[in-house]
Amino acid sequence: MSPILFWIFAALMLAFGVSVVVNRDPVASALSLVASFLCLAALFVGLDAFFIGVIQVLVYAGAVMVLFLFIIMLLDLKAEKRRHFNKLALAGGALVTAGFVAGLVRVLSLYPAGNQPFPPLGVAKLDDVRQVGMTLFSNFNLPFQTVGVLVLVASVGVIVLSRRELK
Amino acid sequence: MAYTVRRPNLTFWEKIYLPNIIAGLAITFKHLKKMLKGETHVVMQYPEEKWDAHLPEYYRGAPTLVKDEHGRERCVSCQLCEFICPPRAIKITPGSIPSESKFAKVEKFPEAFDIDMSRCIYCGLCEEVCPEQAIFLRKDYAVTGESRADMVHHKEKLYELGGTMPDLVHKWNPEK
Amino acid sequence: MELLNTIPWMLIASSVAKTLFLIFLVVLPIVSYTVYAERRVSALIQDRLGPNRTGFPISLFGFKKDLQLFLGGLGQPVADAVKFLLKEEFTPAHVNKFYFWLAPVLAMVPALSTLAVLPFGNYLFGQKMVVADVNVGILYVFAIASIGVYGIVLAGWSSNSKYPFLGGIRASSQMISYELSLGLSAVPVLMIIGNLNLSDAIQYQIDNGWLLLPFTDGKLTLREFLLWIPVLISFIVFTISMFAETNRLPFDLPESETELVAGYHTEYSAMKFALFFLGEYAAMIAGSSIIVVLFLGGWHVPLLPINTLESSMTPGGIALGFLHITAFFAKVIGILIFFIWVRWTLPRFRFDQLMKLGWLYLFEIALVNIFITAGIIALVK
Ligand code: SF4
Ligand code: SF4
Repeated sequence: MSPILFWIFAALMLAFGVSVVVNRDPVASALSLVASFLCLAALFVGLDAFFIGVIQVLVYAGAVMVLFLFIIMLLDLKAEKRRHFNKLALAGGALVTAGFVAGLVRVLSLYPAGNQPFPPLGVAKLDDVRQVGMTLFSNFNLPFQTVGVLVLVASVGVIVLSRRELK
Repeated sequence: MAYTVRRPNLTFWEKIYLPNIIAGLAITFKHLKKMLKGETHVVMQYPEEKWDAHLPEYYRGAPTLVKDEHGRERCVSCQLCEFICPPRAIKITPGSIPSESKFAKVEKFPEAFDIDMSRCIYCGLCEEVCPEQAIFLRKDYAVTGESRADMVHHKEKLYELGGTMPDLVHKWNPEK
Repeated sequence: MELLNTIPWMLIASSVAKTLFLIFLVVLPIVSYTVYAERRVSALIQDRLGPNRTGFPISLFGFKKDLQLFLGGLGQPVADAVKFLLKEEFTPAHVNKFYFWLAPVLAMVPALSTLAVLPFGNYLFGQKMVVADVNVGILYVFAIASIGVYGIVLAGWSSNSKYPFLGGIRASSQMISYELSLGLSAVPVLMIIGNLNLSDAIQYQIDNGWLLLPFTDGKLTLREFLLWIPVLISFIVFTISMFAETNRLPFDLPESETELVAGYHTEYSAMKFALFFLGEYAAMIAGSSIIVVLFLGGWHVPLLPINTLESSMTPGGIALGFLHITAFFAKVIGILIFFIWVRWTLPRFRFDQLMKLGWLYLFEIALVNIFITAGIIALVK
């Protein structure tokens, strides 16, 4: 990917990420998150990782966030809009963020291997769907199946919990 | 009392919808085919084909003023229609009949009689209320105009549309 | 300067050219004439005539009469478009302005973006006729289609009135539910083809016969014959889910006129409304194209030679390339007419029936179908 595109999408992603936190309107926050996900997907696509990019859109932007938005709209949270920033919390948050960024910069600058440009990948087009599938079902078959059972149990649990008591 | 509707017992093929959907598609396709072949003739191509010849006698189109068989206007400008008209479409300017006239005892006639056809709702109340049987809803329905002023039917137009209506009551004619 | 050199200008230029060709010369005309076809076909089915008067207004340029081509009324889409452009752009006072303006855009953009991965033709002028030949083609389509719901939900919510809101809610739950059966019903096809790339799907069908009509390559093996069953099932489930995804009758509950006025676009007028309209029909075109690519062999026409990269520059090859593009869109239009035909045949479902159909039947059928396909692929060589 052209570095220009990378910078554009990275900047957009961060901007929308900030807007998720800053916005007082829950709908605006949710939509910013969606936009941020889309930019992230664009970054993945830029790395030729089409599969992950598409899954990012399909699962997060297309399914999870739609449900979020759906619920936010149904609840119609007005109180949230009226809340003001707590100055102390704001200052604390800024401090923690600054600390983290400083730490990150320090660590990265002390790690010379992280400063090298990565050698380009040999294969032009990865058949990533097939590879993900192969890896999942051969090397990680047991964890995969376990996760499957877990999800099944969770969904059965949700249905049991949410079912109204029949008198 | 609650009334339980008995649902029909559907067979397997009816339950999976698909055969019935195909049957429905066949029906609509038959209609489409007949239309394309020109076998069905239901609708009319309006400005070219008209239904005017079939309009019944009681058809209620645009309100018009009528004259009796002697060519005398029947309206006496009582303004009842102006009062009753729900959308206030009628505007009458009454004038008095000179005393030397044969019909002096009628006293009034409409100097101007305007019906704003962009307001008229074709309710027929004016016809109903008129004590002189002077205003009738006739068979004109294509009222068009390019401006609001065009849509107002003046007295001449109303008489032109209405024509004469013989064999009605004759209150004012001199006794024969 | 160095940064600018990293941009592949040739690729961008050809992509832009293909996109413009696809959107402005193919899709938008098809959209507007689908609307016309919708009105004409619905009228004919109901023993009426439909719009048959509007010609092309060449009388404006000094001709005696307007140009009327065969059926008449072919100027109607043009007149409609002009009308939408000239109408007052009205924004009600009680709406949430920003989202109200954003929603039509969000309804239109995903519908058009799905077209990017569709291989709508073979080689032409030394170019493969697909904007982005990515290896996750079908997943990309599903992903973008799932974004399409935002436009509707936002429209319903930002209109700040009850009928649009109900429409928006219905739309989102309906689209989320049917995405499942849509995705699952495509899985058997992908298993048979063994790839997610849509160009490869067409290549497979050229070699082995169209999936829905496996005899188009001139032979019918036992495997193909057995696989016909799951393919047929998945075709039916896929088509039904596509109806629900594009909010078409019998599943047009988000905008059912009898209950919700016009559903999520009740408060919209003029060009904003037209964008919803275009988005809806563009989504229909995208859906039909996917059906054509997955089940009906894409641009392939049996018995016709196939262009290679080299031959696509010769005059014969150019003609062939255009022929393939035409074949593709002819198939798409066929499916669109089928959409219209179904719409004017079936009554609308009730909302609980719709949900039941999606979750209790189509979802399970699609799941079982995957196992059937897997069994046949594993057992029969
Ligand atoms: S028909 Fe009704 S609306 Fe029309 S002029 Fe007579 S009273 Fe008025
Ligand atoms: S038309 Fe009839 S009701 Fe109206 S003013 Fe004349 S006489 Fe009176």
